[in-house]
Amino acid sequence: MALLKKFRQLADARKSLAMVSEDPFRVTIERLLSPTEAIVNGRPVILAGTNNYLGLTFDPQCIEAAVNAVREQGTGTTGSRMANGNFIGHLALERELAEFYGRRWCDVFSTGYLANLGVIAALAGPGDVILIDADCHASIYDGCRMSGAEVIRFRHNDTADLHKRLTRLGKRCPNTLIIAEGLYSMLGDRAALVEIAALKREHGAYLLLDEAHSLGVLGERGRGRSEEAGVEDSVDFIVGTFSKSLGATGGFCVSDHPVMELVRYASRPYIFTASLCPSVVASTRAALLRLRTEPELRLKLWTNAHRLYDSLKDLGFGLGPEPSPIIAVRFGQAEDTIAFWNGLFRQDVYVNMILPPATPDGGSLLRCSVSAAHTPDQIDRICQSFASVKAAFSL
Amino acid sequence: MAHYEAILLQLYEILRPHGQEGQTLSEETELVADLNLDSLKVMELLLELEERFDISIPLNIVSDVRTIGDFTRQIEQLMEHR
Repeated sequence: MALLKKFRQLADARKSLAMVSEDPFRVTIERLLSPTEAIVNGRPVILAGTNNYLGLTFDPQCIEAAVNAVREQGTGTTGSRMANGNFIGHLALERELAEFYGRRWCDVFSTGYLANLGVIAALAGPGDVILIDADCHASIYDGCRMSGAEVIRFRHNDTADLHKRLTRLGKRCPNTLIIAEGLYSMLGDRAALVEIAALKREHGAYLLLDEAHSLGVLGERGRGRSEEAGVEDSVDFIVGTFSKSLGATGGFCVSDHPVMELVRYASRPYIFTASLCPSVVASTRAALLRLRTEPELRLKLWTNAHRLYDSLKDLGFGLGPEPSPIIAVRFGQAEDTIAFWNGLFRQDVYVNMILPPATPDGGSLLRCSVSAAHTPDQIDRICQSFASVKAAFSL
Repeated sequence: MAHYEAILLQLYEILRPHGQEGQTLSEETELVADLNLDSLKVMELLLELEERFDISIPLNIVSDVRTIGDFTRQIEQLMEHR
């Protein structure tokens, strides 16, 4: 009984949520109609919380590649690459990602979460220091914990604070790994990367950047925030995921440091889990090709992002600090956020609800993620729903 | 020891607003059980202490800190090693 007692608080919270609301954490998508629409509770709903930035989940080329891979190579690898061997697709995907980023090395992991765990815990260890932006994703925090290194947070995007902490570290800077994200997943703001890269060079530390939300979204070629900021040479390690712009699942790290080839041998999250299945590898490779050859997808994405951000701002909502495909609508009280989420859901619009402690500043958020596949009409319907729920609540 | 006492007094000052009215703080006062500090409040407290004492507090030590006395000892050590 004592072992399970810790769940009581969680059970109470869930029960009180169920009394006032559809359970936002148990929404069942019964049938997908497109990357931006699905049948939920028997009704067509606009999906505005999917991270499907380029809308490639129903891309005919990606689907065909996945189907062919299943037919030719089967449904799964049934084990780790260390034990069962590499499929030729794993190596091709690593080669193509390295080439895309202009880097020498690439390791592919089974999820983005595992990529952060595996890379951070292999690079840093006891005696080393990791300096992380306070708003970093849970997978980065978990990788830090797994590493055994000393972990110090700096205030979100506050480069004066980062400078102060690097100065305090002094001679330990060459043993220090700074970690930031290209585009932050909660408020959709960019890393202050020019300044962070300059500090990294000045103090002789290493820099790892998580481009999970910025791959395919930022930069002239879609390589992310480091490309957009013009500081790719100063970023030692780039981590990313296949589960957003590339429409599948999986993660990777690219680098010019030759140790990347050794990280696989030192990374438990790489060694002790099954490798990516052939269909995922195949659709990811096809999606990467689309990302590289069709910059117009990125243009559509940004047109939609600006359309939604500007409209919600005009309606008087408190938003994240800058327009991006992640648009966070800020609320003070969790109760208001839950009620508003329900109002939108009843109007057939699905967004993400984020409550403390998952939020950066203790507030609550309704997070929209925009896709290149949203039509202008869908964006306008999302805005109209926000407006009508706001009016109904007299907010 | 004087250093320890000085840090302890500053911790009392910072933590007093988190206590209930009339609550007496001591080295044995527990941050979670007695002051109801949740994880977000602990993180805010870390930032405030870092500013006050001009140190960086590694997250690794947080799990070892249960009482105000524990916190005082950790800060004292960090100040000695800076």
